[in-house]
Formats: sequence, structure tokens, C-alpha cells
Amino acid sequence: MPDAQLLAAQDLRLDVNVLDYAILALYFLVVLGIGFAAKRAVRTSLDFFLSGRALPAWITGLAFMSANLGATEVLGMAANGAQYGAMTLHYYWIGAVPAMVFLGVVMMPFYYRSKVHSVPEFMRRRFNGATQLLNAGTFAVAQILIAGINLYALALIMDAMLGWPLWLSVLVSAAIVLAYITLGGLSSAIYNEVMQFFVIVAGLVPVVIIGLTRVGGFSGLGEKVKQSVLGEGGLHTWAHTAGTDNPLNANWIGLVFGLGFVLSFGYWTTNFAEVQRALSARNTTAARLTPIVAAYPKLVIPVVTVIPGLIAVVLFGNLGKDGGPTYNEAIPLLMNEFLPNGVLGVAVTGLLASFMAGMAANISGFNTVFTQDIWKAHINGDHPDEWYVRLGRIATVVGVLAGIGTAFIAAGFGNIMNYLQSLFSFFNAPLFATFIIGLFWRRMTAWAGFWGLLSGTVCAFASYILYKAGVVDFGTELNASFWGAGIAFVVDAIVSVVVTLATTPKPDSELRGLVYGLSDASVSDDALAGDAAWYRSPLVLGAGAVVLAAAFYLPFL
Amino acid sequence: MAAPQRLFDIRRVIGGLFLAYGLILTVTGLFDGAQEIQKAEGIRINLWAGIAMLVVGGAFLLWERLRPSDAPSPSDEQE
Repeated sequence: MPDAQLLAAQDLRLDVNVLDYAILALYFLVVLGIGFAAKRAVRTSLDFFLSGRALPAWITGLAFMSANLGATEVLGMAANGAQYGAMTLHYYWIGAVPAMVFLGVVMMPFYYRSKVHSVPEFMRRRFNGATQLLNAGTFAVAQILIAGINLYALALIMDAMLGWPLWLSVLVSAAIVLAYITLGGLSSAIYNEVMQFFVIVAGLVPVVIIGLTRVGGFSGLGEKVKQSVLGEGGLHTWAHTAGTDNPLNANWIGLVFGLGFVLSFGYWTTNFAEVQRALSARNTTAARLTPIVAAYPKLVIPVVTVIPGLIAVVLFGNLGKDGGPTYNEAIPLLMNEFLPNGVLGVAVTGLLASFMAGMAANISGFNTVFTQDIWKAHINGDHPDEWYVRLGRIATVVGVLAGIGTAFIAAGFGNIMNYLQSLFSFFNAPLFATFIIGLFWRRMTAWAGFWGLLSGTVCAFASYILYKAGVVDFGTELNASFWGAGIAFVVDAIVSVVVTLATTPKPDSELRGLVYGLSDASVSDDALAGDAAWYRSPLVLGAGAVVLAAAFYLPFL
Repeated sequence: MAAPQRLFDIRRVIGGLFLAYGLILTVTGLFDGAQEIQKAEGIRINLWAGIAMLVVGGAFLLWERLRPSDAPSPSDEQE
């Protein structure tokens, strides 16, 4: 290990004491308690994989957002905030809110009312088994990889902050995640996600408050960012996006089409680790409200991620430079700088809990897809229900082990978030194209679904490899992921149309409830008393979120 | 299928956890010395965070008390 890295690691070493460890231990006792309590509630595979479809919208909504708020996201977005400045806000506003609202308003009725267990199962119903298998396979691999990234990142941070050796933190955190998911399935994962959300916010808000006090409030922060390496560009989101003369090296076409449309819609509307939270809601209204309820906290999350990133770049002049700490260390550095024992314990707990929540989301998505869409659908579907609950538990163990094994793939990448983004562009952008065309174009055929998805995925891969090999130049890695996603989307769409025209469509009777304009009359209305109120209207709440997102841009144009 | 509330209410769990954390932090905050306060830019952060967590924890418990059953009415099962 080079000396510089060693020094950086030592700078980060937190001064934790017994009090902080007590706070940490208390949290994990509660987490395991939830696992045991949830175990008593799990009787059927529906309970295990979809929480029995019994959760209200505010729980599934917070879980929806927290599934995305793993610590890789928190640290990664703070890193992006420090590296690219205010342009990171695009990930929260144009890059999340419209897609979340679209999922709730337009797509969720199809997902929820078709009673599918998963996104790949929807693919089988709309297209065919081959499409399901392709989607399930790529998804399963992606989830394991991302779970591995979460684990590796967690271990790095534990090592830097607490001095735990890598192997110890990997094993301990994997064991905790394993325990609570095998016990309680998705319910357990969801309850923990909601809980960690509140804890990490409670840990990060003090960092932001003290940090802002140090730099002289928002105005002081603005002044100091202008004088930092980021300069004036660090305070703007849309300025100079006609060209690429901005911190992200991205123009507005890449931002709007690549990030705002393809990447964001692909991730938020078809990523099963997310959608699964909404499928566990108690009725159609609650399912539709899930991503919309999540959009509101998502709007303000940058306060505890991007702002700490900016504070860090102002305070630590060597951040991201050779020999200095890496951008990913922005938040731990601030914790070390500002937090006394006590609050420090809460912040460390929140960070570790959020790593585990991120990993738990990947693993619970993986076990469902593996059990339902790979094993039950394609290998053997004749067993009684309990058999699949047991298989789900085994899949969880296998998933966690594979996650440990692949944790080290993440090692080669400096900015964890970039790697995640590039993975998303491989797996979700073409899926979104196939999904959306299939939803609105009744004629699209079964094999068009398969070939479109396959070619799109291959293209996303190819563009990323060409960029990595230096054949094409997209400037920054983030910009490369915008374009990779865009290319994958377009190729998928073209192939889908061409194959459709050469093959025979499915009869309308098989498409009821799965495509726009062909509703399934046999599904009864599941509305609860009170669902008609305006404050439970997906359309009203969704529109509110989009308007707020647009308004939030105004100070940062 | 009779669907009683199958999971204990998460509002109670979050409320309880936050009350416990709030208590710990508030007490710690009361005894914070000059060094801790100086580290946090002169803010008694443990005390304030503790009080805020007590309030949040209390609010969750109150919510759970006032609207105890957010469980779904056992709607007609399709299968």
C-alpha cells in the first residue's frame, strides 16, 4: 500500500468511544429483533417475497427511497458534489423526480394490477419466457455485483473510520444482512430501510449544521466555492450546458435525454429492487403513491449529500488530489472534523445501516428474481409454496456469499458512483425501452421484446468498453454513462420495431391488463375508504413533486 | 383470510429507538465539556440533536397511538 493512502486513512480515523459503540450496538439489536418478529409473520411465499402485499404507502414510499439511499449513494453523491459541484443536483431533480412520478402515475397500475411478483415476470406475461429469463439473468448478476460494491465500500469505510480490518467488516455486515433477510424476507428488509433512513438523516443533519456554521452559512459557502477549485461553475446546474464547458463536461442533450430520460426512467421504473417496494403495497392506490411519496424526500436529500460535498471541498484543499483523501471520503472527513462522541455514534450507525440497507435491497431483489423467475419459471415449478420460501432463503445465502466474492471487483474504480451508474446504463436503459414500447404499442411481438432487450444490452456494454478502451471520448465517466444509456435505448427501440414488423403479434386476449388501452375487466377495484381524497391522488401529488423540482432549480441555474 | 396486523408497527420501533437515542444524546450533551462544544463550532450539538430526536421519537409514538391501525381491511382475495 502506498504511503499516501495510509496517511489518508489515518486522517480519517474517528475518535469513537464506548458511547458510540453502544449506540451502534443498540441499532443492530433492534434490527435483529425486527428480523425475528418478521419471521413469525412469514407464512407464505407472498409474505416472504412481497410482504403479503399489506403495507401502507408511507412505509413503501420511504422504503422505495431508502432502497436507493444506500451509503454508496450518500458517499458517492457527496463525492460528486465535491468533484462536480451543484451539477450533482441533476441526479436528484431531473434525474429522479419525473421518472418516479411517471412510475406512479402511468406504469404502476400495470405492474400492480397484473399481480406479478417481479419485473421479469411482467416481461414473461407481456412478451415470452426467453425475455423473462434474459431480464432475470442480467438483473440477478447486476444485483450481486452491486451488493458486492456496497460491501466493499462499507469495508473500506469501516477500515478508515474505525480501524476494523477489511475481512472483519465484510463478514460482520454480511452476517447481519443475511440474518435479517433470511429470517423475515422483504418485510424485514423494508422495515430496516425505513429505520435506517431516519437514523442516517439524524446523523448527517448535525454535520451539515456545524459545517455551514463553519463556512459562514449558505452565502459563505457560495463565496468559498467560487474561490475553490470548482470555481463559479460549482454553483450552477444549467449554465454552459450548450457546450461542454462545465464541471460535468456534459451538454444539455446528454443531461435531458441521457440522464433525465433514459438513465433515470430506466433506473426508477424498471429496476426491480425499487419496484418491488411498490409491489408490496396494500392496494393499487398505495402502490401508485409509493414512488410519489418517495419523490418528496428525494427532492431535499441533496441537503445532506451535495452540501456536505461542497463544504468538504472548501475545507479540505487536498480533497481528490494526489496524496490527499479521495472524494468518497468527504462525509467521513467532516464527521471526524465536527462531531463529538454521541452524535458521532449516530452518524456512524446511520452510515453503516445505510450500507446494509443498500445491500439488503439488492439481495432481496436477487432472491425473489432467482426463485420466482429463474427457478420456478424455468427449472421446476411443481413444488408446494413452502418449498419456494426455503429456496428463497437459500438464494439469500448464496447471494450474500457471491456478494462477498465480488466485493473486490469494485476495487478498481475510484469513484464508486460512476461504476454504479455505468452498471445501470447496461441493465436498465434497454429494459426501459422494451418496457415502454411494449406498454404503448400493442402490436409489439414477443420476440421483438427479446431481441430488442438483448441488442440494447450488448450496445450499452459495447459503448462503455469502447469508451474505456479510449476509442470514443465522452469526456467524463458520467457523461459516458449518459451516452451509453442513450445509445442502448435507441438501438433497443430500432431492433424492437424491425423484429415486430417481421413477426406475428400476440392476440389481444393474452395482453389484457398488460398494455395501454386494453384493461382487464376481471380485476376488481381495490380502493379503500379515503383513497378518493385529493391528498391521496397520485396525479395531484405527482404534479406537486415535479413543480417543486423545477422550482428548486431556480437558485442554481 | 383473516389478516390481523401481521407485523408490529414500525412507528413504535422508530419511536422507541429515537427516544432511546434522544435520551442518550441529551444526557451526554448536558455533560459535554468545552472540548466537545468547541469541536462542533460552539454548538451544543449532542444536546440539540438529543432533544430533536426525543421530539421525533415522541411524535412517532403519538402518531401510532392516535391512528393505531393502519392495517388494510381484509379486502376480497382474488385467488
